[in-house]
Amino acid sequence: MSLSILDRPNSYIGRTVPRPNAKKLVQGRGTYVDDIKLPRMVHVAFVRSPYAHARILAIRSDAAQAAPGVVRIVTGAEMAAVCTPWVGVLGHMKGLKSAPQYALAVDRACWQGEAVVAVVAHSRAEAEDAAQLVEIDWEELFVVADMETALDPETPVIHPELGDNLAFRRELDVGDVEKGFAAADAIVEETYITGRHTGVCLEARSILADYQPADEQLVVYHSTQAPHMMQTIFAKHLDLPETNVRVICKDVGGAFGIKVHTYPDEMATVALAKMLRRPVKFIADRMESFVTDIHARDHRVKARMAVSKEGRILAIEADDRTGIGPYSVYPRTSAIEANQVVNLIGGPYTNQNYRCTANVVFQNKNVMCQYRAVGHPIACAVTEGLVDKAARAIGMDPAEFRRRNLIADDAYPYKAPTGMVYEGLSHHKSLDKLLELMQYDRLRAEQAALREKGIHRGIGLAAFIEVTNPSAMFYGVGGARISAQDGCTIRLDPTGVITVSIGVTEQGQGTEAIMAQIAASSVGVPMDKVRLITGDTEVTPYGGGTWASRGAGIGGEATLQAGRALRENILSVAGTMLQAAPQTLDIRAGIIVDADTGAERMKLEELGRVAYFRPDTLPRDCQPELMVTRHYVQKDYAFVFTNGLQASYLEVDTETGFVTLLDHWVVEDCGTIINPQLVDEQIRGGVVQGLGGALFEECLYSADGQMLNANMADYLVPMASEMPDIAIAHVVTPTQTSELGAKGVGEAGTAGAPAAVMNAINDALSPFGASVAAQPFTPERVLRALGKIR
Amino acid sequence: MKPTPFGYVKAASLPQALDLLARHGEEAQILAGGQSLIPTLNMRLSAPRLLIDISGLADLSGIAVAGDILRIGALTRHAEVEKSELVARHAPLIAAAMPHVAHPAIRNRGTFGGSLALADPAAELPACCLALAATMIVQAPSGSRRIAARDFFKGLFETALEAGEVLTAIEIPIAVPGQVFAFEELARRHGDYAIVGIAATARKAADGTLSDIRLAYLNLESRPVLAGKAAAALAGTTGDAAAVTAAQDALAGEASPHADLNATPETRLHLARVLLGRAVARLIA
Repeated sequence: MSLSILDRPNSYIGRTVPRPNAKKLVQGRGTYVDDIKLPRMVHVAFVRSPYAHARILAIRSDAAQAAPGVVRIVTGAEMAAVCTPWVGVLGHMKGLKSAPQYALAVDRACWQGEAVVAVVAHSRAEAEDAAQLVEIDWEELFVVADMETALDPETPVIHPELGDNLAFRRELDVGDVEKGFAAADAIVEETYITGRHTGVCLEARSILADYQPADEQLVVYHSTQAPHMMQTIFAKHLDLPETNVRVICKDVGGAFGIKVHTYPDEMATVALAKMLRRPVKFIADRMESFVTDIHARDHRVKARMAVSKEGRILAIEADDRTGIGPYSVYPRTSAIEANQVVNLIGGPYTNQNYRCTANVVFQNKNVMCQYRAVGHPIACAVTEGLVDKAARAIGMDPAEFRRRNLIADDAYPYKAPTGMVYEGLSHHKSLDKLLELMQYDRLRAEQAALREKGIHRGIGLAAFIEVTNPSAMFYGVGGARISAQDGCTIRLDPTGVITVSIGVTEQGQGTEAIMAQIAASSVGVPMDKVRLITGDTEVTPYGGGTWASRGAGIGGEATLQAGRALRENILSVAGTMLQAAPQTLDIRAGIIVDADTGAERMKLEELGRVAYFRPDTLPRDCQPELMVTRHYVQKDYAFVFTNGLQASYLEVDTETGFVTLLDHWVVEDCGTIINPQLVDEQIRGGVVQGLGGALFEECLYSADGQMLNANMADYLVPMASEMPDIAIAHVVTPTQTSELGAKGVGEAGTAGAPAAVMNAINDALSPFGASVAAQPFTPERVLRALGKIR
Repeated sequence: MKPTPFGYVKAASLPQALDLLARHGEEAQILAGGQSLIPTLNMRLSAPRLLIDISGLADLSGIAVAGDILRIGALTRHAEVEKSELVARHAPLIAAAMPHVAHPAIRNRGTFGGSLALADPAAELPACCLALAATMIVQAPSGSRRIAARDFFKGLFETALEAGEVLTAIEIPIAVPGQVFAFEELARRHGDYAIVGIAATARKAADGTLSDIRLAYLNLESRPVLAGKAAAALAGTTGDAAAVTAAQDALAGEASPHADLNATPETRLHLARVLLGRAVARLIA
C-alpha cells in the first residue's frame, strides 16, 4: 500500500509553485486564436440586426459583393442548407421548450445583434466595409422586452409554434410552508433584483475553421472551455463524421462560462469554411461581444421568510422570474440558472419548509445562459438579504442569527429540502474563522463610533454553498453529449520527462499548473520534468473540459490515478532491473530510490533508456507499459457542494449615494488545496466579478430592446481602483468522493460577494430606515432609497 | 471594429495642416492625441476621408509663463500638464483636475487642446478653462483669433471653432494672491467621465469674504456651464451654511441638467448641489 499522494515525500500538493505557462503568457508569446494565420485564410464579419424583433423582407448585397476584397456573401437561407438548426432543451428539465435556432437569421431576427448576413473578405476591415453596403428591408415586429409582461395574454408570442412565451417553469413545495408562516413571530419580505450582466473576457470569442474537402477533415481552432462538446456539435450540425472534426484550443484569454455555449456566428464561421473550402476566421469585436456573448443574472425574485423570536428560520417562500432572450441556449439550455436559483435558496440553513417557483420566459433581448457561479449570487442575495432582514426584525445580531440556523458541522451527509445531498460542509467552523479574521466585534465598535460622527459604514455577511464536481446528473442524464468524466494520459519519455495530456482545459486560471503539480506528485518527478497537453480533441483523452468548477476535482483525480498507475508500472520495470520487490522502491524527485532509506537506486532516464532502446536486456516477460490512462467521474452525489462565508465592510456617502468598499473577507472550504496561491487568486477574481455585479455591471436595455451601453466606456466592469483588499482563509474538509479530496473553487467568490455588499449597504443605511435590493447598487438607487431623490 | 478606409498625412508644419484642412473641408479631421478620435473611427461613428496628424508640430506643444499669462500649447500631453510645476503654481485648479482625466495611459497620449476642441460635456478641462476664464488661441489660414472660454463651448461636442481653424494654444490668467480653487467630481469609477463635477475659483479676503466667484460645472448640462446665480448668492459672504444653501437653491433655479445612463436630471441636480457645498468648503478651508 503506497502512501496517499498528499503524504508522499516531495509532494507539490498544497504548495504555491509558479505556473509553468505564466512566463510564456507574460512575455506575450501565448497562442490565442487570433495569433494563428493559415494559408488562404479569409475573415468574416456579420451584418447584425439593428432591431430587437423584425422580419427580413429583402436583402440586397450586390454593392457589397462588388466591394474590394469580398470573397462571398451568405444569407440565412443559404446558410441553413449547410448548417442545421439546433434546439436548446434537455430531457431532465421537464417542460423546457425552445425554438429551432439558425446560424444566421432566416426570416426574422429576434434580438438586436443577431447575425443576419455573413460577409467574407480577405481582411476583417474589408469585410466590415462591405457589410456596411448590405441593404436589408425590415418590417419591425412587436418587441417583447419586459420579462414581467412576457406571459400576459395580450403580449404577442415570439415563437407562435410554442404556444406561449414560457420556456420553463419549476415549482417546488417541500415541508409545510403554511405552517411555518403561521407560527412566525416575524415575517420579512423583499423583491430582489439582479441586473442582467455578462462576463467580459479579455480575449473576445474567437474561432478559426479549416476544412479540407479531400478527406473531409475539419480542424477548428477555438477559444472554448469544452473542446469535445464542440467537436460533437460541429459534426452534428455540419453533417460530418465526428471523428473527422478536430477542435484545438490553445491559450484562452478568460472564459467564465461565456465560452461553453453554441454561438450562431461561430457555427456560421465553421459552415463558411466548409462552403468555401478554405480557412475562415472570426474574432468577435467588443461591440458585438456585448450583444452576442451570453448574458446572465436577469432575475427578479420576490421572497419572504418566517422566523421565530428565538431566531429560527421557519419557512422560506420565493418566486423567481427571469427573461432569457428569444432562445434557450444550446446545448446546456437557459433553464439551468433559474433551476440553480431554486436549488440554492436557503441552501446553508436547516430550514426544511421551502416553496419556490421559477418562471423562465422568452423575450427579444440577447440570450442568457450560464456565466460563472450560475444562479449562486442570485440565490445567495435572496437568502442572505432575508436573513439580515429577519435578524433585524427580531433584534438579533446577524452573525448570531446565522449561527442558530446554519447546518451543524456534524450533520452530514445532509439532505436539503431541494433533495440535494451535501456530503460534508463546515459552516460553523467557517463562521468562527470569518468572525475572527475580520475582528467582527472590533469592527462593530468602530462602526458605532463612526456613526456618531455621521460616517455611515456597514458590515455585511453572506453564507453560501457552491456547486462543484458535477456528476452526469448535470447534463448527461438530460441527453446532452457533455462529458461528466475526464481522462488523463501520462507517458514517461526516455529522458525521464512525463507528458501529461488531459481533457480539462486552461483558460488562464492555472489548470495546467495544478495538473502538473498533481502529476509530478503522483509519479514522483520534479515540476520541471512535467509537460502538459490540453485542448486538442485528437490528442487528449475524451473529457468535459473546464466549467462548473470541475477542473481540479474531476481532472485532478484522473491525473492522480494516472500518475499512480504509471508509477506502479515504472516501479515494476525498476524492480526487474534492480532485482528488488517493486514495493520496496519509490520514485522521488525523478529518481528511483529505496523506499525505506531514500537511497538512490536508478535515475528515471536510465530506466527510460533501457525500456525504450535496450529492451533486449530485459527478461522476455517484462514489457514496460510506460504510458497509462485513467478516467474519473464523480458518481456519489449530483454535485460535491462546498461552502463558505464572505463579509464586506464599506462606507456609504449618504449625500451622494456612493459606496466605497473598504475591506472584504472570504472563508472558503474547497477541500484539499492543491495550489494555495491559485486558489486564493481564483477566489479574489471571483469576488471582483461579484462586486462588479453588485455595484457596476448591467446590460441596460431600452423599452424597444436596444442595448444602450454596449461598449467598455458605458458598461462598467470593476476596476482595481475601486476594489478593496480581499483577505482569504480556509477550512479544509476534503471530499471523500476522490482520493485527491479536492472540490471546486471557481464559483465561490462570485457567489457570495454581491450579498455581502448588499447587506453591508443596508447595514449602513439602517439608521435611516432605508434599504436597497436591486443590483447594481448605483448611487442613484442608494439616493432613492434614502429619499433624497424620487 | 475596423475604421473605414482613410487617408493620412503627418503634417510637417502648421501652415501645411491648415492648407490641407482648407482643401479637404469637412472630409478632413485633425488628429492630435487620438484618444477620442481613434475609438470613434473604430466604432465607425465617424468616417473622415483624411486624417491630418499634427502631433509632430513641436511649436504647438509646451507650457510657459509670460507676464500674468500661463500659456499651454494645444498639443501638450495631459501627462506633461499633470507634472508641470508651472501649472501647479499658476493654475492649481488644473493641477487638481488632472488626476481625474481618464487614466495614465490615456494621459500619456491625450492632449490638452484635444480635450477642449472635442468639448465632451463630461470632460474636466473645458470646465476648468471656463472657471479660469481662459482664452483659446485659434489659427486659420487667414490669421489667428482669440476666443474666450465662455464663448468657446457651444453645445454637445460643439465649439466656436470654424471650418478650417485649428486650436493652437490656451492662455490662462495666472493665480493671484488670495485666489482659491476647488475641483470636485463624482465618477462611478476613478478615471471615468464623471456623473457631474465642479471647477470653482474665488478670491478670498483676509476676513474670509468671497468675491470673483466662478463655479463651472461639467456634465451638468450638455456643455460646461458657469453657475452665475449660484456664484452671485455666495458673493460677499464667507461661504457659511446659509450662503451655501442659498447658492444651492440658486443653482436649482438656473440649471437645466441633462439625463444619461448614470443619472436622471433630478439625481444630477442633487449631486451638483452636494458638490457645490463641498467645493465651497474647500474654497473657505
